[in-house]
Amino acid sequence: MPTQAEPDGPAIELRDATKRFRSSSGGVHTAVRNLDLAVRAGEFVAVVGPTGCGKSTTLSLVSGLEPPSAGEVLVHGRPVDGIPAGVGYMFQNDAVLPWRTVLDNVAAGPRYRGVAKREARERARDWVGRVGLGGFESYYPHQLSGGMRKRVALAQTLVNEPSILLMDEPFSALDVQTRGLMQDELLRLWAGDDPLGKGGGAAVVFVTHDLEEAVVLGDRVVVMTAGPATVKASFDVPLKRPRDAEEIRLTPEFLEIYREVWESLREEVQITRERSAGNAA
Amino acid sequence: MLLELDDHATAVAQARAAGRRRAFTVNAVRVLLVVAVLGSWELAATYWIDPFYYSKPSAIWDRLVDWFTTGTSQGSIWTQIAYTLEEALIGFVLGSVGGVVLGIVLGRSRFLSDVCAPFIKAANAIPRIILASLFVIWFGLGMSSKVATAFILVFFAVFFNAFQGAREVDRNLVNNARILGASRTAVLRTIVVPSATSWILASLHSAFGFAIIGAIVGEYSGADKGLGLLINHAQGTFDSAGIYAGMIIITVIALLAEWLLTLLERRLLRWRPPVAANEARI
Repeated sequence: MPTQAEPDGPAIELRDATKRFRSSSGGVHTAVRNLDLAVRAGEFVAVVGPTGCGKSTTLSLVSGLEPPSAGEVLVHGRPVDGIPAGVGYMFQNDAVLPWRTVLDNVAAGPRYRGVAKREARERARDWVGRVGLGGFESYYPHQLSGGMRKRVALAQTLVNEPSILLMDEPFSALDVQTRGLMQDELLRLWAGDDPLGKGGGAAVVFVTHDLEEAVVLGDRVVVMTAGPATVKASFDVPLKRPRDAEEIRLTPEFLEIYREVWESLREEVQITRERSAGNAA
Repeated sequence: MLLELDDHATAVAQARAAGRRRAFTVNAVRVLLVVAVLGSWELAATYWIDPFYYSKPSAIWDRLVDWFTTGTSQGSIWTQIAYTLEEALIGFVLGSVGGVVLGIVLGRSRFLSDVCAPFIKAANAIPRIILASLFVIWFGLGMSSKVATAFILVFFAVFFNAFQGAREVDRNLVNNARILGASRTAVLRTIVVPSATSWILASLHSAFGFAIIGAIVGEYSGADKGLGLLINHAQGTFDSAGIYAGMIIITVIALLAEWLLTLLERRLLRWRPPVAANEARI
C-alpha cells in the first residue's frame, strides 16, 4: 500500500476528544472522554478495551462519520471535516453489497471516486486476486462463506489504497481458524512488498476486544478504560516482523507481553462486568 | 469406486422419479378438485337451485364463447379488455413511479417524513374507492377518471412499501459507501434504491390488482366502455352469467400480470439467496 502521508507529524491525532450521544431516554451518554491518541504513519496500533466501551466511536471520529462533541481530531495534520481522503474503514458487520458480485463490490470504491468502469474493474480484479478470491469474481456474497466475505470487504477497502486503515473488530464473527488465517492475510497485505514485513506505510487502527489478536497484529497495543473510553495505557509490542499469526502465540516473548497488557486490561474488564451485573440485578 | 458412482446415479434417478410422481399427484388432485366443484355446481343449478340467480358453469362458458365470437352488448370484447387494461396500466405506471419517488424521498428525509406523517396517515384512512365518484365529476366519463382511481389505489400501496424500504436501509452499508467515496446521490442510487427494491417489488404484486380494481370501479361509477361497464350492464339486466364471465376475464388478466411481475422480480433479485426466492414464490 503506497502512502500519501506527510513525512513528519502523526497520521492520526486525537486531542482531548470527547463524544456524547443523546440517548433514546432523553439523557446524554458519553462514549469517549478526553481521549488523546497519536498514530504514526505506517504504524499498526491495536486498541483493546472491554466490550461496549466506546472503541468503535473512536474510529467513527477518525473516519469523519461522527464529529467530536469536544476536542480535536486531526488526520494528516488537518482537522477532520467530513470523510478525510485516504481513509479506509472495515466494519464489524458485513458491509458488502448483497446485490453486487464480488468484482463489482470491490470496484465500488474506484467507481465512487470517478474511475472509469473498465479501469475500476481492472483494479478490482487485481485485488480480488490478491485477497485470494481469484475465480470467485462473479459470485454473489450470499454464495460465499463468512471468511470469504471478509476477504471481499478487505479488498473493497484496500483497492482505494488507503493511507489510514480503520478496522472495527473485523474478524470477531469468524471461527477461530478462519480468524487466524485472516490475521495472517491482513499482515501480508499490510506489509505489501516489504520483505521485512513492516508495512508499506498505511497507519492502522485495529479495534478488538481480543487481546491475543491485538498482540499478534500490533506494533503497539493501546488499552482503553471501561466506558466512557479514554486511553489507559500503551504498550509497545517487541515482537519481530514478519509474524506468523498462528505460530507467534506459542513463543515466550508473546506470553510475556500478553501478560503485561492483561494486567492493565483486567481491571477494566472487571469494572465492565460489575456494571453489567449491576444493571442485570 | 465404479459401484459407488453407480449407486449415486441410481439414487439421483430415484429422487427425480419420486419428485415427478409427487408433482403428478398434486396436479391430479387439483384437477379433481376443480371438476368436483364445477360438477356439483352444474348439477345443483340443473336440479335444485335457481340458475337465474346463481347461474351455472355451462351457462358462463356459453356466455364467454358468445362474447368472444359474436361480441358483447357494448361491442367487441377485445375493445372492452383493451380499454380497461389501458386505464389500469396507465394508473399502475403513474402510481408506481409516484409512490416510489415520494416514498424514497420521504423515507430518506427525517424532517419531511415528520412533517408529512399525520397527513399521510389521514390520507391513507380515507376509503379511496369513494374517490372514484368524485373523479367522475372532476374528469368526466372518459378514461382519465378511471386512471385517476387506479392511480390513487396504486400510489398508496407502493408509497408505503417504498417508504419503509428506504427507511430500513442498513446504516452499515450507507456508512461503508460514504467511506468508499460515494456522494449523496451515489448513496441514493447504489444503496438506497437497490435496498428498497425488494420492498417495492413486493408491493407491485398487489398494486397491479389494485390498478385493475381501480379501473373497474371507475367504470362502474360511470363509463362508456370497459369491462366494468360490461359487468354493470350484466347486473342491470339480471345476467348473473355475464357477471361471472366478466369476473373470469379479469382474473385471467390479473394472473397474467402477476406472472410477468414474478419474471421481473426474479430478474431484478437474482442476487438473493434461492431459499428466500422460493418462499416468495409461495
